[in-house]
Amino acid sequence: MVDHMKNTQAPEADKSSPVGDVILEVRGLKTYFGAGEKAVHAVDDVSFKLQRGKTLCIVGESGSGKTVAARSILQIVDPPGQIMGGEIIYHGSITQARQGQAPVDLARLAPKGREIRAIRGHDIAMIFQEPMTSLSPIHTIGNQIAEAILLHQKVGKAEARTRSIELLRRVEIPNPEVAIDKFTFEYSGGMRQRAMIAMALACNPQVLIADEPTTALDVTTQAEILALIKELQVAYGMSVLFITHDMGVVAEIADEIGVMRNGKMLEFGPAEQIFYNAQHDYTRELIDSVRKLETSARKSRGRKISEQKLLEVHGASKIYPARRSFLGKAGEPFKALDNVSFDLFEGENLGIVGESGSGKTTLGNCLIRVLEPSGGEMLYCTGAGHTIDVARQSTRELRQVHREIRMVFQDPFASLNPRMTIGQIIGEPLLVNKLLSGEALRARVKELLAMVGLPPMAMERYPHAFSGGQRQRIGIARALALNPRLIIADEATSALDVTLRSQVLDLMLDLQEKLNLSFILISHDIGVIRYFCDRVAVMYKGQIVETGPAEKICSEPDHPYTKALISAVPGTHPRDKRILGRHRYVAEPLAMPEKAAGPIALA
Amino acid sequence: MTETNTATATVNMANLRGGIEYASQWHLMWLRFCKHRLAVAGLLVVVCFYIVAIFAEFLAPFDPEKPNARLVYHPPQGVRLFDEKGFNPHGQFFELTRDPQTLKPAYLPKEGAKVELEFFARGFEYNMLGLIPTDIHFIGPKDKSQMFYLFGADRLGRDMLSRVIYGARFTLSLGLFGVCMSVLLGIFFGGVAGYYGGRIDWIVMRVVEYIISLPTIPIWLALAAALPRDWPPYLQYLSITMVISLIGWTELARVVRGRFLALRGEVFVVAAKLDGCSEFRVIFRHMLPSLASHIIAAVTLAVPFMILAETSLSFLGLGLQPPSISWGVLLKEAQNIRSIAQAPWLFVPGACVVMAVLSLNFMGDGLRDAADPYSHGN
Repeated sequence: MVDHMKNTQAPEADKSSPVGDVILEVRGLKTYFGAGEKAVHAVDDVSFKLQRGKTLCIVGESGSGKTVAARSILQIVDPPGQIMGGEIIYHGSITQARQGQAPVDLARLAPKGREIRAIRGHDIAMIFQEPMTSLSPIHTIGNQIAEAILLHQKVGKAEARTRSIELLRRVEIPNPEVAIDKFTFEYSGGMRQRAMIAMALACNPQVLIADEPTTALDVTTQAEILALIKELQVAYGMSVLFITHDMGVVAEIADEIGVMRNGKMLEFGPAEQIFYNAQHDYTRELIDSVRKLETSARKSRGRKISEQKLLEVHGASKIYPARRSFLGKAGEPFKALDNVSFDLFEGENLGIVGESGSGKTTLGNCLIRVLEPSGGEMLYCTGAGHTIDVARQSTRELRQVHREIRMVFQDPFASLNPRMTIGQIIGEPLLVNKLLSGEALRARVKELLAMVGLPPMAMERYPHAFSGGQRQRIGIARALALNPRLIIADEATSALDVTLRSQVLDLMLDLQEKLNLSFILISHDIGVIRYFCDRVAVMYKGQIVETGPAEKICSEPDHPYTKALISAVPGTHPRDKRILGRHRYVAEPLAMPEKAAGPIALA
Repeated sequence: MTETNTATATVNMANLRGGIEYASQWHLMWLRFCKHRLAVAGLLVVVCFYIVAIFAEFLAPFDPEKPNARLVYHPPQGVRLFDEKGFNPHGQFFELTRDPQTLKPAYLPKEGAKVELEFFARGFEYNMLGLIPTDIHFIGPKDKSQMFYLFGADRLGRDMLSRVIYGARFTLSLGLFGVCMSVLLGIFFGGVAGYYGGRIDWIVMRVVEYIISLPTIPIWLALAAALPRDWPPYLQYLSITMVISLIGWTELARVVRGRFLALRGEVFVVAAKLDGCSEFRVIFRHMLPSLASHIIAAVTLAVPFMILAETSLSFLGLGLQPPSISWGVLLKEAQNIRSIAQAPWLFVPGACVVMAVLSLNFMGDGLRDAADPYSHGN
């Protein structure tokens, strides 16, 4: 450690050698949180190389240390995180290297010093997952981009503005002369990410570090951003270090791949080698769990769907009245659900797919009356054989309905009361419905825990003792407690890592076979829908645009919107880069009004 | 499939560090509170103060009302635990002398003379905790005719230490009772506003804002002035508490409403409704436990406000009236310039107020930070 400290320049730097292909080299990087024995080894002895003009994807599940590794490069790890060892050697641009400028070891630079600040944003730029939080809400987009230019380059304000407009045009924001004076909140999610990219490009960086830049975006918007990054990479000759958890995205863009787990780099190599000849079991598991979702589990398991309709929804709608403006003028009411109709048969899995804002969650909430539908009927055939209209049940009658229709929520962390033990949480529906109490209740809770694959000792623990996947199992156990007939799973697997995702889906399918359940699965993830569902309803702007068997919708849809949606889904084969193909296929989405950057493209 | 699931789940849980997975919210809160050093110190001071207030008679060496005309404005005496005989707690004996030219009285220490002290000395009679009649005090002079002033004496020669200890009882308990009342009002109105929202929320919040907009001191003065002067001390005490808490509940109502509004949208609350819980159970079983810690933190931060309110009122002569003793009443005696020049120890109650308020604030800060032990990815 000490002998490294003596020279900030890389020890092995050979000044006379010709310009190498590697622009950034990380060797034995260690970033720990805290000190001493309790220190969390977030990044533990990680090494990789980033080639000039290439894309390196670092992939891993949450907590694998991939983000910390990326942040360590720019020394922007949140305290108490600290680089404890290793080298991060930046070789500089081709011109710099030709001029004989020696490579710099970024790990040796003072985190607040002038040298690292000169590199941040200028040589190495970074874009983040959530563009809303990384853009300032009180400055115009133009000011923020101009600031990045003014910080690193000696230009006047007018010049900076001209360049900002040029950058916005470069990242394909329509009408950049006007858009430059808008505020962050006036941009849609995809546009914000474009603006972030524009800001990152302000000083023609050599390396772009992208930390899950598309995770918060819809799949069609994601495809556009990925295509944009790829295109800019070629145009600017940048190297891209792309952090993601999504093997699909990796397959689309990676030249090289590093697989991380628990702070270690498990495997590092060219994309094709990783995808087709992975050495490590975990890598294979990751790839398999994504590929698994390209098949249909229902088909292979054999389905038992009866002729009996369980739920019949006719013309359901949910309308939010417009707010009266100051002068008493009423605007357009917002139709979150617009005349939605579908059927669900007993034993069937219905998928509802759509992008954010399409109304799919509203539909789920209306079905179970968390939200009050504004119109339409929802005929439900109860276990006793009566047909009732869920939309018109009184609060008391609803209790009965809620015993048969249960819900599994998206966020496994928010949906369990942190102040109750697992036993109390799962037992709650049994207790308040006065079905069981005392020892019988405990026995039933144990049985339910066993059903979802958790040990009985989980009962006395609090939710904070469990990981996301385990919590989701607890949520499922709670849903099962009352022997329901229909479970509405609202994005039940979206918050989970990909390996857990298929586990939870398999668990739900196992339970379905045992307990004679029907599912309505709400998801934005085509893979999950394809794997889990028999039939799919595609929602767009509050309407169901297409309904059909899952295999058909996921492979050869009729509706142009579904086509755009399906083609934007990243594949799992690096040889078949679908998104880039798709980008050429879709007609100019850029001239469209920005609120609908993605889906409008088909209109 | 299920078997492998069980296996992985068991393995994952084995990794957890000991015990924390069984920790309830109070345990987690305590762990986090303990990380806040200043807050723990505040807690210790506050606990000491309240112990003093509870055992006021036992800890006070003299009757706080007992005057001594010959020892007016007696300065504080130091205590020494050892003398030539070994352990023998004693205080310096002061003799009243007069400057021969100005005739100004002055207390000078007298060589060789001392006030011998003993622990668990007998003094005036009282009922311990209001139940057990006794006359034992924590400390007192061996010779019953002697006086001993640790904090000095006031203008009637009464022992300031005893008076401060008795004052603590009134001031601190008034802080607590006042807050209790504020809490009841605050939780009720804030809870109703937050849970039901809409029009009710609008009305309650406008009322709260109206009350907050009123300048507090004139309102207190007006309300306190309306109270009959000849009421007995306990009625005075109750009415002053009412006056202060009638204003004090508004802040709490705001806090509670905010928490309710935030919680109403929580997924686990929706889940509880779908589990079939009645409205009552949703509020009391699912929502209130999440609120409790926040409410306690808010309450702790409200106590100093009450204490300051009482002190200001009494200082202005409209709160408690002598012969009741509170820190505010004691401070009233230190209002004139003479006392500053001649007997600065009359400000001891002021120092007590500052200490109590500061420690309560530190403690409240710590509690507020610890109130949600599940944030920050815990």
